[in-house]
Amino acid sequence: MSTFIEIVYFSTAVLFILGLKKMSSPVTARNGIVWAGIGMIAASLVAFLEPGVLAHGNTGLIILAIIVGSSVAYVTAKRVAMTDMPQMIAIYNGMGGGAAAAIAAVELVKLASGKASDITETTQVLAVLGGLIGAVSFSGSAIAYAKLQGLMRKTFRLPLHGIVNLLLFVATLVTGAYIGFGDAVSIELVLVFFVMTLLLGILLTTPIGGADMPVVISLFNAFTGLAVAFEGFVLNNAAMIIAGTVVGSAGTLLTQLMAKAMNRPISNVLFSSFGSASGAVVEESIEGSMKETEATDAAIMMAYAEKVVIIPGYGMAVAQAQHKVQELTQLLEDRGVTVKFAIHPVAGRMPGHMNVLLAEAGVEYDKIVDIDEINPEFPSVDVVLVIGANDVVNPVARTNPDSPIYGMPVLNADKAKNCIVIKRGRGSGFSGIENHLFYADNTRMLYGDGQKAVGELIAGLKQL
Amino acid sequence: MIEGFTALYIFMLSAFTGYEVISRVPVILHTPMMSGSNFIHGIVLVGAIVVMGHAESTLEIVIGFLAVALAAGNAVGGYVATVRMLEMFRSSNKGGAA
Repeated sequence: MSTFIEIVYFSTAVLFILGLKKMSSPVTARNGIVWAGIGMIAASLVAFLEPGVLAHGNTGLIILAIIVGSSVAYVTAKRVAMTDMPQMIAIYNGMGGGAAAAIAAVELVKLASGKASDITETTQVLAVLGGLIGAVSFSGSAIAYAKLQGLMRKTFRLPLHGIVNLLLFVATLVTGAYIGFGDAVSIELVLVFFVMTLLLGILLTTPIGGADMPVVISLFNAFTGLAVAFEGFVLNNAAMIIAGTVVGSAGTLLTQLMAKAMNRPISNVLFSSFGSASGAVVEESIEGSMKETEATDAAIMMAYAEKVVIIPGYGMAVAQAQHKVQELTQLLEDRGVTVKFAIHPVAGRMPGHMNVLLAEAGVEYDKIVDIDEINPEFPSVDVVLVIGANDVVNPVARTNPDSPIYGMPVLNADKAKNCIVIKRGRGSGFSGIENHLFYADNTRMLYGDGQKAVGELIAGLKQL
Repeated sequence: MIEGFTALYIFMLSAFTGYEVISRVPVILHTPMMSGSNFIHGIVLVGAIVVMGHAESTLEIVIGFLAVALAAGNAVGGYVATVRMLEMFRSSNKGGAA
């Protein structure tokens, strides 16, 4: 029997890796997730056959727990709007971290109550580590969800929060070490340890602003993977070790890619709030002024262009303008205009989030180009249409070394022949930095809600 | 039984595999990919089932129940969210039927 179980776990690991590999291309991605899904079902069924699982009379409760957990997740995942997907991923990820922490808790409670357990000295330490990482991921993800969902707008900071965090972290580590290496542990101490880890996750995440949340979610995703791998060692389960580690390293790389695209070192994201690191920003004087335009003029400009590049930002998603944008694209293409979408790596709330939103509206993925591909093309572009994007098109990132966003890769919209910016108001963007693109000679501002403004452009085009 | 250095080897090779698989993913798939990898660590469900199966005291059963419910949520939610996102990707070359 145990050979059969091992074969299934082995196949699951293979299916997971192949599935992930297939997910790396838009054409095979859907097969990839199905393969991984088959592996998951097989492994979960086989888990019941492991020695002793059915012997303690908990089978009914296990099945009840599976039904409760999966039905809640199924309903929410089916209902959530695509714009809210990042925070749902955060929640599901947090659940995984919580599960890993709970596994650690059960093992440690067993140890503390002096029951015969197959925990060795090494796995005892790994259980504690996995518990720590999993619990931080659990409570941290919950905060990330609350922030993105708008349930928690303020960045909450304790007085001396850096020192408080450090003290809590050290205290948690010391407690963890005592539990991990000691042999006379009490149940109470184990519970205190988990309360501390949960608190640590909350305090680490609360000071981080909404703009940095994608990096944080990705980091917690990697954390959960690692926690699962550690608990896999404790339970001697190869499928958990392999899947957890693969996610841990893939998640770490993804986090790095994201942080790099935002020009924010991960340490900065975690330990300081935006702007405070670079001190007072010396605002250089801006030449020129913002020039307003009418939707009808903008529509004419685009209708007689050869090449139009649309740069969508999160503002477009918030205004739910992506369907209107697709309609606009159709109209322009009917007139023989080449339309492309330029996506900044961190447009939306996660890398690739904007692609998902555009795909939802029916934009074909091969029309969407990324930053390295489109930047050399800008001088030959007739009209750039910026919708709800700001910092990612700000040329100061290239020109002003004093700017907090200096060095961040930006879309060079300022190099196109003309630029139309749809923007809700005159204020500056998420980072509070003035955008020099808006003051350029060839830029025209079209003020208004994203959906309404694009609707006016469409009306303008139809009149021609 | 996975022990000592064997465990370390598995850990190292899996880490490289994860790194390799992700490094070639186009940006447009990063969000679905994050969601997909989020689903994959739902394998924690297997561990949760095993632990709950061995739970004896009330405290163990309560925490074990929590573990299984959370893990099942991770797996199912991760799967449905990923599938929903991937269903949207269409190619203009194939007339939107890809």
